[in-house]
Amino acid sequence: MNENIIEVSGLTKRFGDLVAVNDVAFTVTAGEIFAFLGPNGAGKSTTIKMLTTLLLPTKGKILIDGHDPVSDQDAVRRSFGIVFQDPSLDDELTAYENMEFHAILYKVSPAQRAKKIEGLMKFVELWDRKDGLVKTFSGGMKRRLEIARGLLHDPRIFFLDEPTLGLDPQTRNHIWSYLNDLSKKDGVTVFFTTHYMEEAEKIAARVAIIDHGRIVACDSPAGLKSKTKTSTLEEAFLNLTGHEIRDEEATGADRMRQHRQMWARR
Amino acid sequence: MTTIYILWLRQLKRFFRSRSRVLGSVAQPLLFLIALGFGFGPIYQRAGRGNFMEFLAPGIISMTILFSSVFNGIEIIWDRQFGFLKETLVAPVSRMGIMLGRTAGGATVSLLQALLVFVLSMAVGFRPASWGNLPLALVFMVLIAVLFTAMGTAIASLLEDFQGFQVIMNFLVQPLFFLSGALFPLEGLPKALGIVARVDLLSYGVDGLRATLAGISYFGLGTDLVVLMLASLVVLAVGSYLFSKIQI
Ligand SMILES: Nc1ncnc2c1ncn2[C@@H]1O[C@H](COP(=O)(O)OP(=O)(O)OP(=O)(O)O)[C@@H](O)[C@H]1O
Ligand SMILES: [Mg+2]
Repeated sequence: MNENIIEVSGLTKRFGDLVAVNDVAFTVTAGEIFAFLGPNGAGKSTTIKMLTTLLLPTKGKILIDGHDPVSDQDAVRRSFGIVFQDPSLDDELTAYENMEFHAILYKVSPAQRAKKIEGLMKFVELWDRKDGLVKTFSGGMKRRLEIARGLLHDPRIFFLDEPTLGLDPQTRNHIWSYLNDLSKKDGVTVFFTTHYMEEAEKIAARVAIIDHGRIVACDSPAGLKSKTKTSTLEEAFLNLTGHEIRDEEATGADRMRQHRQMWARR
Repeated sequence: MTTIYILWLRQLKRFFRSRSRVLGSVAQPLLFLIALGFGFGPIYQRAGRGNFMEFLAPGIISMTILFSSVFNGIEIIWDRQFGFLKETLVAPVSRMGIMLGRTAGGATVSLLQALLVFVLSMAVGFRPASWGNLPLALVFMVLIAVLFTAMGTAIASLLEDFQGFQVIMNFLVQPLFFLSGALFPLEGLPKALGIVARVDLLSYGVDGLRATLAGISYFGLGTDLVVLMLASLVVLAVGSYLFSKIQI
């Protein structure tokens, strides 16, 4: 009944000597809200890039909606929408033109195009700014526009890499409640990363925690809390990943040390 | 097809919205036309070669297309840095379509600039030898534009950031221009320079344009056409391949 819409096994990505993603495996069921959490540099964005055909895995198997992102890129690309960690709008175009560009690229039928663009832009409250150049938008407005754009072609899976970074609480609540609806009503699978633990705790059915490229836990927020005997997801997260601050430019030796400490803690 | 169209349209919109780019792109060619055209004109005339402006204008139009095309191709680096490239790369369309659309857009933009420079060159005294050859001249402009936009795209596919940009400008684009015969006749050059000019693909564009606009040709129209068409196809193929291999 509940099919796995994302299946990942043995997924590994090396950049030279650095193993950014190390033998990762997890599944996400269709319609689920799934949080992918981890400290800076843990390998979250790298994993998302491999799931979304932007990066070839070094090793491992991925199935997105039944298709392999390595061999069947177009089928995979049709199945998801994405909000990247970094901005990805064309600043020199207007908000509406950015939406239109996306709609045409994804072959949204001309009959539906205008209606859908209007609907989504009204939802993110940018309709009155539709003819404004994106370069005149604030960070939050750009983020909202990217979210609207990612949903334009009715994706089955929505990837969001730190979608709420830099947004005010009002907008964050607004967006999460919409994503929640999307998952509950339309069965869209939501796969997101965030550094705001309370967001994940509130909205995600399941949480995977990745650290140094490895998944250290994958469970419901309640399950993680009881396993670590903590009362909030944030505490559980710190318990699982440790308190040291991650330096993304850490040397190989530092990384080894961190690894060792992690093993020692167990 | 719609992919190519929408990417083409985007390039045009971006161009028309940036007035400084329109102006900047014709300021340098105009300066060259005036300084070199009027500066060297008398010497050229005394050497018994006729009107220098007639010789120079096709060279400067080629220069305009070269610089603008390579730049438009290399703009992909900007898209990569500002993130927009990702938006196109995850779309369910072929990378080939994206590459062709970008190339068509970039080439159109540089063609527009070339036409502007053509009009300006007429303002400073240039007259085409025969108006009937204008369509063929246009064909050459398109070929030069496509060739070098595709080259810029191919190069940009290999570069991660802006750092390589200056190197490309200094070690590829400038030599392509200065050694192409855009500014001087290819007859009677020192042997080494003559060989370099023959290897330089822009030489054939300059020659073709000069043949059609001024009735002066060194390689012959047929050679110019064939070389430019073959080179465009090869560079487009290589560019599409490199573009399809981009990972982010
Ligand atoms: N193209 C690349 N080349 C080399 N190393 C890379 C590349 N991309 C990522 N890395 C490295 O891989 C590791 C994982 O990076 P990634 O961006 O996936 O982390 P993240 O979990 O998304 O972190 P953040 O929370 O800071 O966004 C980091 O150490 C990063 O420096
Ligand atoms: Mg990241």
